[in-house]
Parts: sequence; C-alpha cells; structure tokens
Amino acid sequence: MQTNKLRGSFQDAVADIPDGSTIAFGGFAMPGTPFNLIRALLRQGAKRLTLVANTTGGARQPRMPDIGMLVENGQVAKVICAFTAATRPTDVLPFTKHYEAGDVAAELVPQGTLAERLRAAGAGIPAFYTPTGVGTELAEGRETRMINGREYLLEYALPLDYAFIRARTADAAGNLRYHRSQRNFNPVMATAARITIAEIDEPVLPPGGIDPDDVHTPGIYVHRLVQVPPEPDGLWPARRQEKRR
Amino acid sequence: MSGAKGLTRQQMADRVAREFQDGWIVNLGVGIPTMCSNTDIGGRDITYHSENGVIGYGGIAPEGQEDMNLVNAGGQNVTLKPGAAVVHHADSFGVIRGGRIDATVMGAYQVSMTGDFANWKLKGQKGGGIGGAMDLAACAKRVFIILEHVTRDGLPRLVTECDLPVTARAVVTLAMTNYGLFEPTGSGFRLREIAPGLTVAEIRARTGGTLVVADGLNEIATT
Repeated sequence: MQTNKLRGSFQDAVADIPDGSTIAFGGFAMPGTPFNLIRALLRQGAKRLTLVANTTGGARQPRMPDIGMLVENGQVAKVICAFTAATRPTDVLPFTKHYEAGDVAAELVPQGTLAERLRAAGAGIPAFYTPTGVGTELAEGRETRMINGREYLLEYALPLDYAFIRARTADAAGNLRYHRSQRNFNPVMATAARITIAEIDEPVLPPGGIDPDDVHTPGIYVHRLVQVPPEPDGLWPARRQEKRR
Repeated sequence: MSGAKGLTRQQMADRVAREFQDGWIVNLGVGIPTMCSNTDIGGRDITYHSENGVIGYGGIAPEGQEDMNLVNAGGQNVTLKPGAAVVHHADSFGVIRGGRIDATVMGAYQVSMTGDFANWKLKGQKGGGIGGAMDLAACAKRVFIILEHVTRDGLPRLVTECDLPVTARAVVTLAMTNYGLFEPTGSGFRLREIAPGLTVAEIRARTGGTLVVADGLNEIATT
C-alpha cells in the first residue's frame, strides 16, 4: 500500500497542476472547505481552470479563499456550481459581478444533480435520469424521457482532474474520516477525480490508524495529504458573522 | 386598510412547524424556514434533514458551544439531537429524490394559484441561486413555502401565474405569509387561517386569483 502520500506544504501539493485543469472544491458553507489548498492554488497561478463547487464563495465575513478570488486573479474560465448568485438578493457575491460582466462562464446545476453527477463519474455511470429541473428553464432544449408515467431529465457524469477536499482524520494510506457536516461533497468528489488532494485537521496517523470499518473515504481515492497547521498559518472554519439586515 | 403588518418571521416559522406531524422527516431551507427548528413542537418526534447530509439536527447552537464543522442549510451552527446521523451529499439527495422527505419548507419570491413557485432567479438576472431547491421541490411529499405577502413595492407574491422562472410546477401544498396561511386551489388561494389584525378584504386586495375563505376562519394563534 502506498504510504508516501504526505506532503510538506500546500504549495508542494498543488505545484504540478497544469493550466486548463478541471478542479473540484469540497465544502458546504465553511465545513469541509479546503481553504488552504485554494489559497495555495491562488499562489500557484494555474490558468483557464474549470472549477466545480457548491458555491463560488460567501457574501459574509470573514472572507476566506474562494472561487471569486481565483476569478479576480484571472485563473478561471468556467465554474460549475449550484449558485452563481446568493439566495438573498441583497447579498452580492464577488463572483457574481465578474460573471455578469462576462469575465467567466458558468453552468448552474441543481445541488442534488451536481452531487449525483460527481457520484456517477466516480462509479462508472456515464449519465442518469432525474426528476429535478423538469418543467423549468434548465430543462429547455434538453433530453427528457417518460419513465413509468413521470418525466425525467438526462444528466451526464462530471469527471474531474483534481479534487481538493478537507477531512478531520487521515492515516498514511490516505484513508479519511470527516467530522459532522465536514463530509458533504468531499467523498463523491474524491471518487470522481484522477488525483485527490486532502487537507487534514489532525496529525496524520500511521497506516491502520483508522479502523477499516470507520473509514469514510478509502485511501485508494486519496493521493496527497497535507496537515493543516494551527492558526494563523493554517486556515480554519470560523464562526460566521451575521450580516446586519 | 388596517395597515397591520401581520406575523413576524419567527411567528410564520412557528405556524408552519405546527403542521409537522409526529414521525415526519422535514427539510428546512435557508432563511425563515431554518427558524422552524427553534419552534417548540411539544412531544412530536420530528427529524430535521439538511441538504448537506445532516439528519436529525436540533436548534441553533448557543454562542460559545458551536461545532464549527456542523451547519444547517443556511450555514448556521446547529446542534444534533440524540440519534442523529451524517451522510455525504449524494446520499443526502438520495434521501430527497428517494421520497423520504415528508415536508420541505422553503422561501420564495412567488407562488402561483396552480402551485408553481419561483425562488432561484430574479427577472432579467443572469444565472441565479438554485441550491437544493429544485431537487426538494420535485421530490418532497409536501412543499411548504414561507414568504412575505407582498413585495417591497406592494405587489402580491401569491399570483395567478409566476412571471419569474419557476423552481417546480404544481407542487406547493401550503403558502405561509405574514397575512395568513394559504393553499393554492388552481383558480386562486384558499385562506385557511388569518393573521391577527388583518381583514379578509385587505388580503383579497393583495392576492392574485380568487380568494376562497375557509369556513369558520380562525385567527393564527401567536405566542
């Protein structure tokens, strides 16, 4: 079993990512978001990226490294996500301004469809039918099919070059455990990617340090590990500051 | 016109939470709907599901006791109830598409008299914010919408037909506004309960389609 997955720095872990790559970022709100790897990608500078994530970044403070910053940095060609704008019209995401100006392309995907397209890519399923989005603008001009009297929309798998994810615990074989809602998209992104890079909250354990029955993401899907240092060097999820209404 | 504003946001959430039946699995969306998990639901056993894979969460975590890796759909730090479970995103939406959600509660810009609703895109907007709304709307057994009765310009949000891009068609079972509790009827809305201080006449003037008033119309109890 390969156990030399641990890298000394985030910079080292992302150094070889070429221009034009498709990269997914895990995370839902703050939990499970690989802030440290995203910051390293900002410094690394790869361009013409296609990025896959639930959101493009929050409207609230403190602002953490996000897709909006990569767009501002001129690194992004396209984003595939469930939000190009905030749910509250009064919240304006930094990304939205660039999207409306035409600086970056976006493919807006319902969240469950996004998760399933990633799962399908990791599971060898090229496409699937879902009831989500039928009868809406998203289904216009797309392939649908009646199955047992109900209309479904055809959706395609979404394979990735890289997945950036975050977990609480890892062993040197790359087996991962997440804490609470840190899990979210991370397991399916890991299975959909050729190369998965995981930032880990706790010191990496020797192989077998996680009981096989307790592994959430098997190490075969995880290629590089970096331990997140304590603040201020490392980025950690913070309490959200409510925006005054 | 009485000029009454009707229910507060928490009062709307509380009234919707009273609809939840013992044993239901309920998904709460961003905004006012998440306030339902703060409502005292007495002895009823309700399992709250959040799209990020948390099954069985409770109220908002008290300040200082938050787990920074545990949030609801709105990104707020919540608590877990005994018996809670966490799954990944694809499994969480498997719960939704698999038909396990008894009710989903969402915010919206508009609800139509045929049960369509719109909550992801404003008029003329490029892109939008879909989140999990389309999956939930298409697959939950019941769709409860909480929204302000009128827009900032005083226009009805309960309309004959949505003029915004819809999230799903013919799915809304209940629309809770600050003026009352409504059901789309196909040709209008049925007013099931009225908010204190409002009159049927002023609600009718601010509602699209035909307003049908429930027999023995009750006022919404507020605490």
